[in-house]
Amino acid sequence: MSAVPASAAPGAPTLEVRNLRTHFLTRAGVVKAVDDVSFTVRSGKVLGLVGESGSGKSVTGFSILGLVDPPGRIVGGQILFKGQDLATLSEEAMRKLRGNRIAMIFQDPMMTLNPVLRIDTQMIETVLAHARVSREEARQRARDALGQVGIASPDERLRSYPHQFSGGMRQRVAIAIALLHKPDVIVADEPTTALDVTIQGQILAEAQKLCAQTGTALVWITHDLSVVAGLADDIAVMYAGKVVENGPVEQVLDAPLHPYTLGLIGSVPSRNRRGEPLRQIPGMTPSMLNLPAGCAFRARCPRAEARCAEPPPFAEYRPGRFARCIHPHEEAVAA
Amino acid sequence: MSAVLEAPRAAAQGSVPIIELRGVSKRFSNPLDFAGRLVKRLGVKVREDVVHAVDGVDLSVRKGEVVGLVGESGCGKSTLGRMVAGIMPPSDGQVVWRGQDLTKLSGADAKRAKLRTQMIFQDPYASLNPRLKVAEIVGEAPQYHGLVPRGGLEAYVDDQLRRAGLDPSLKRRYPHQFSGGQRQRIGIARALAVQPDFLVCDEAVAALDVSIQAQILNLFMKLRRELDLTYLFISHDLGVVEHLSDRVVIMYLGRVVEEAPSEEVFARPNHPYTRALLAEVPRIEARKRVFAGVQGEIPSPLNPPSGCHFHPRCPFAFDRCRAERPALKQVAPGHRSACHLNDAA
Ligand SMILES: Nc1ncnc2c1ncn2[C@@H]1O[C@H](COP(=O)(O)OP(=O)(O)OP(=O)(O)O)[C@@H](O)[C@H]1O
Ligand SMILES: Nc1ncnc2c1ncn2[C@@H]1O[C@H](COP(=O)(O)OP(=O)(O)OP(=O)(O)O)[C@@H](O)[C@H]1O
Ligand code: SF4
Ligand code: SF4
Ligand SMILES: [Mg+2]
Ligand SMILES: [Mg+2]
Repeated sequence: MSAVPASAAPGAPTLEVRNLRTHFLTRAGVVKAVDDVSFTVRSGKVLGLVGESGSGKSVTGFSILGLVDPPGRIVGGQILFKGQDLATLSEEAMRKLRGNRIAMIFQDPMMTLNPVLRIDTQMIETVLAHARVSREEARQRARDALGQVGIASPDERLRSYPHQFSGGMRQRVAIAIALLHKPDVIVADEPTTALDVTIQGQILAEAQKLCAQTGTALVWITHDLSVVAGLADDIAVMYAGKVVENGPVEQVLDAPLHPYTLGLIGSVPSRNRRGEPLRQIPGMTPSMLNLPAGCAFRARCPRAEARCAEPPPFAEYRPGRFARCIHPHEEAVAA
Repeated sequence: MSAVLEAPRAAAQGSVPIIELRGVSKRFSNPLDFAGRLVKRLGVKVREDVVHAVDGVDLSVRKGEVVGLVGESGCGKSTLGRMVAGIMPPSDGQVVWRGQDLTKLSGADAKRAKLRTQMIFQDPYASLNPRLKVAEIVGEAPQYHGLVPRGGLEAYVDDQLRRAGLDPSLKRRYPHQFSGGQRQRIGIARALAVQPDFLVCDEAVAALDVSIQAQILNLFMKLRRELDLTYLFISHDLGVVEHLSDRVVIMYLGRVVEEAPSEEVFARPNHPYTRALLAEVPRIEARKRVFAGVQGEIPSPLNPPSGCHFHPRCPFAFDRCRAERPALKQVAPGHRSACHLNDAA
C-alpha cells in the first residue's frame, strides 16, 4: 500500500529534514522563508518546532507535505521519509502519501473541513481515497477515529455539519481525519493556539496517546515554549528562516546554547519574579526581505562581536546539541 | 516580595474604589433570522435568542491596583471591560465611578469619567485609523479636549511617543509602516495622551510574539509606577496575569466564580473550575507531563446550564448544583468563591 518502496532504509528515522531551503521568488525580492532547516523525528516521538511569527515554521510544515505553491519552491535540501527523499517525489506519488502516511493538522480546522459537507461524507471519502474497503467499513473507521479524539456519541456527530461544532470540537474532527490512516508522520501547525486552555489540554492528551499507541512521529509547530516543554521530546528553535538550536527538550530548556533561545526562555513570565520587569529581547524581528549578512540575530544579541558578521555554522557543540552561533553559552545559564 | 509592588499595594489598601460594579448584567438579543421573522408574523410564538454575556457581576477596583480578569473565550471578559470603561451601558445594575453612578452623571462629568478610563485592545491594527499619521492618531483627542497648551501639540505628541518607547522622528508615518509591537505602543501612546488614570487592557499582548510581549508588559509596569495607573488587565494567559496582577478575577460563562489576591489564587485555588484551569496551564518548568484536559465542552451562552454553570463539567457536582446558583462568598480574607461545596464544609 505504501508509496514508499520496501527499500526504505531500515532503522532510519521516520522523518529527517536536512538543510531544507524553501524560497519565495516575489517581485519585491527573494523571501528565504526556510533557509537551512534540519531536524530528525523518530517513531513515537514529538518534535516541537518553535519560533516567532514569520520565522518559517508553517512553510517548513508545508514543504514536508509538498504543499508549497508558487512563487514558493523548495530550492535545496532533503526531506527523508524513512530514508526516501520526498523533495524529489512526483506530485502523483506525493499525493498518495499525503493524508495517508503523512498528514497535516492546521491552525484553522476549516483548512481540512469542507463547510458544506456532512462530517461522515468527508471522513468516508478520506478513508476510501487511500484504502480499498467497503463503505460500511469506512464508516466504522470514521466512527472509531471520532471516538478516539474524545467525541461523545460519534454516530450522531457523524451526521452533523462543521458549523454545528464548537471550535475545539472542529479541531478534534480535523485531528480525527488526520488519524484515519494511522499516518507515520503528522505535522501539526499551531492546532491549539486558538483554543481555550481546558480544551487545549484535551487535544494535547490525544496527541500524546496517539504517539504512544501508533508510533506516529509528530512535528508540533507552536510559538508557545510552555506547550513544547510538556509535550515534546526534542525541540528545534527557528529564527528568520533558520533552525538556530536543536536538541532534547530538557537540555535545551535547562541549558540553552543560543542567545536567542536563552532570551525566549527568559521572557516567559513564570521565569521571572512576580511583578518585576521581565527579561526582554531588545529590538524587533528582522524583515525577511533584507536580512543582514552574517548572524540574523546580531542586532539583538548581547553577545554579538565582529565575527558575527560572518554566517555562523550550524555546529554540534555537545552530543545531540546543535546551535548556529559562534559564541554559544558554555554551561547552564539561569534562564 | 518585590519592592516594586509594595508601594502601590499599600496605597490600594482601604482607598475608595475607582470603579465598582454592582449586580451588573449585559444581555444581547440576536435578532431573528428571516425564517424566524416569517413564522413570527404568522402568529407562531418564537423566542429571540438572548445571550447573557455578563450575569449579575459585582466587582470593585481600587486606585493603584492591577486586577487581572481571566476566563475562557466567550465568558464575557470583553463585555465586562467595555462596561467598566463606560463605552457600553449595562442592561442591569450599576457602574459606579468614584462613588457616582456612571449612567447618572451629567454630560461634562460623564465625559471626564470616560476620558480618565481608556481601553487598549488586542489588535492594535484594527484599532488605529489607517489613514491618519501617528502624530494625528496620538494628538487628536488631547487637542480636542483642550489638554494641550496652545502651540504645544508637537512637543506633547513627542512626549507621549517617547514615553511609549517610540522614536518621535517616526511620527509622520502611517500605522501600516510599523510592526505589531510598535503598533501596540502607538495604541498605548494614544490612550495615555488623554491623561487617564485607569486603563482597561483587553488581551493587549495576545497578538504579540513572546519577546515583544515582554517589552510591552514591562512598559505597562513602568507606566504604572510613573503615572500611578490602575489597570483592569483582561487576558486568557494565566502566566501573564499571574506576573502582573495584585488581584485575579475568574469568570465562567458570564459570572465571576472566584476572586482573590494573585498569590492566593495560584497557591490555593478554591473553585473547581479554577483548579481545573490551573492544572491545564502549560508550564515551561514541566517536562513530558501527561495532559488530561477538562472533560466536556464549554457550554453555549445561549443556553447555559441551570444552577452552577460549571456543573456539567464539574467532577464534584451534586443535586444542589443543578438547581441553585451558588453565591460568591468569602472563603478566606479577600478570597471569594462561588461553589456550594464551601457550604457543606
Ligand atoms: N506566498 C508567500 N509569498 C511570499 N512570502 C511568503 C509566502 N508565504 C509565506 N511567506 C513568508 O515566509 C516567511 C515565513 O512564513 P511562515 O508562515 O512559515 O511563518 P510562521 O513561522 O509560520 O509564522 P506564524 O507564527 O505567524 O504562523 C514569512 O516572512 C512570510 O511572509
Ligand atoms: N455585540 C454583541 N452582540 C451579540 N452578542 C454579543 C455581542 N458581544 C458579545 N456577545 C456575546 O456575548 C458573549 C461574551 O462575549 P465577550 O466578547 O465578552 O467574551 P470574551 O470573554 O471577551 O471572549 P474572548 O476571550 O473570545 O474575547 C459571547 O457569547 C458573545 O458571542
Ligand atoms: S553568532 Fe554572534 S550574534 Fe549570532 S547569536 Fe551567536 S553571538 Fe549572537
Ligand atoms: S457549585 Fe457544584 S457544580 Fe458548581 S463548582 Fe461547586 S461543586 Fe461544582
Ligand atoms: Mg505559521
Ligand atoms: Mg474578548
